[in-house]
Amino acid sequence: MARKNSETIILGVILLAVFGLMWALNGSQFVQFENIQSMAFQLPELGILSLAMMITMLTSGINLSIIASANLSAITAALILTNFVTPDANGIGPTAIAACAVTAGLLVSAIIGLLNGFLIAVVEVSPILATLGTMILVKGASIVLTRGYTLSGLPEPILFIGNGLVAGIPMPMIIFILCAAFMAAVLNHTPLGNYIYMIGSNPIACFFAGVNNTAVLFRTYLISGVYSGIAAMIMMSRFNSAKADYGESYLLMTVLASVLGGVSAAGGFGRVSGLVLALVILQLVSSGLNLLNVNPFLTIAIWGMILILVMVVNYLSARYQETHPR
Amino acid sequence: MRRLWRYQETYVALVIIVLSCAITLLNPNFLTLENLFDLLKSYTFLGILSIGVLFVLISGGIDISFTAVATVAVYTTMYFTLQHGGNTATVLFMSATIGAALGFINAVVIHFFNIPSIITTIATLNIYYGLLTVFSGGTWLYNMPEWFRHFAETNVISLVNPDRVPYGLSVIPLIWFVVIVAAWVILRYTMLGRGIYALGGNLASAQRTGFNILALHLFVYSFMGLLAGIAGVVEVMLAQRVATNSMVGKELDVIAAVVLGGASLTGGVGTLWGTLLGVALVGIIGNGLTLMRISSYWYNVFIGLVIIVSVGVSAYRRKMQRRRKISVEVE
Repeated sequence: MARKNSETIILGVILLAVFGLMWALNGSQFVQFENIQSMAFQLPELGILSLAMMITMLTSGINLSIIASANLSAITAALILTNFVTPDANGIGPTAIAACAVTAGLLVSAIIGLLNGFLIAVVEVSPILATLGTMILVKGASIVLTRGYTLSGLPEPILFIGNGLVAGIPMPMIIFILCAAFMAAVLNHTPLGNYIYMIGSNPIACFFAGVNNTAVLFRTYLISGVYSGIAAMIMMSRFNSAKADYGESYLLMTVLASVLGGVSAAGGFGRVSGLVLALVILQLVSSGLNLLNVNPFLTIAIWGMILILVMVVNYLSARYQETHPR
Repeated sequence: MRRLWRYQETYVALVIIVLSCAITLLNPNFLTLENLFDLLKSYTFLGILSIGVLFVLISGGIDISFTAVATVAVYTTMYFTLQHGGNTATVLFMSATIGAALGFINAVVIHFFNIPSIITTIATLNIYYGLLTVFSGGTWLYNMPEWFRHFAETNVISLVNPDRVPYGLSVIPLIWFVVIVAAWVILRYTMLGRGIYALGGNLASAQRTGFNILALHLFVYSFMGLLAGIAGVVEVMLAQRVATNSMVGKELDVIAAVVLGGASLTGGVGTLWGTLLGVALVGIIGNGLTLMRISSYWYNVFIGLVIIVSVGVSAYRRKMQRRRKISVEVE
């Protein structure tokens, strides 16, 4: 328990320090409403994808296929939208078609999640290999479907998901908050959540405790898949397009964000609150440096440095607690 | 003979044979020396990197950062060479040294702070690549020196095909052969090689057996970096320009090839032979699709299916083996 708390405290301190630093560097511009609103538009994509990554990492797995499956669901939805929504819509309104497209997109990502679940839980392929395979396969399917082109020009109702405001709060942010809350509820307040942590700590002990590991892993990868589908809808709507290789740099960033948020790479540890803190830190750094006109590639280098720094601090504080028992 | 069926390498070899026969039936151009030489040349980059990845996987770690290492090493080297001159040997040496130094940094972080290698190398990938793009401004380097172009176009074996078009075995795959031989000697005949297997098999046992874990870590990641530096030069030799963004993003493809060859991500398992087969399989699928006139859009679908089926089959066999063992215990 002490370890978890100290991690949250470290993250909180870093968050405040980064916020203070960016405020000092940028002046009042940084805390203006417009800037905060634009941060709230940018954070959810990486945020929801990171949640999709996190839940698999808790079971000591990983899901390398999240970006590929997000792109395939966006392409599926975009294909439906661009082919069926015409100016002379016959009978069915564009909103209904948009709803169908979103459902189809989510269904695709759910199916990919089930495929991952099958490979990992039933065939017992190691998660990194199984999802590496599905990543390449699913990306291949996207390329075949689009011939490598970009699908663009989506109809109005779908654009609201990524660009709309509800009472001044960006729609993606609302979706992200709902996703995070649901994930936190599942992890902290359901048996499934408990089993997920148990499998991550010790799958054999968990199995002998009478848990159906297969079912738990299936659900884990299903949730992960659906979350990548939700992120896909936001990405598609924000870019107003879909393509086979959008957002590939997000893949390693989701691992980075999860680990920064205290998710153990070996599984079993990590909370949604830590991940959210980590995401806010990363967003503050990138928005703050962006306002200063810093090269975005310097930003990703700084993200990497923050990750190593946090891991080193965690390591040293764990060592200190071992050598100085209270 | 029955022992052979226990190894994933056997299955990969069989798939390669069947695939080669099928492609040759559809297009006899596949099984020509010309095509083989071409394949060797274009897959030298992947081949060299895959050997570095194999070492890291055997040692029980993983390295994601090697594409960034390769880019940084070759970019710095060519930037320096374009201004101060040099020759092929200095280019290879300098790039390999920079690569090894960056790998060394990975090893230091992984060893001393006990951070999982996947996390360390994801972080250093972003750091190396980010800083390079900042300092280079993302500009590509063109106008490679004359001697550099000349070296890349050198053939060690020159032949003429029936249509009187000359072809030959490029000097570039020779770099790969040298790396293969070096890796084979290290893994097979040195204490260092046994140490790497021991480290991946069981860290605590390796330590108690008296292996120097720090030295092994430093070697494995520096060697990966060294090979990345060399592979970076190979990529530039083939393309005759230095791009900042042509390699980063391919790291998982390389790891996939090594894993196809039977290396295990949990460490301690993996052979050079298998890795070569894995690279060959990836190369033959890509080449075969072109020769069978199947659109290259299908490339990823095929590779993905092959990976899923191959890791699926071997995982399923392991699972069945475990079942059998458990039932014996019950009796």
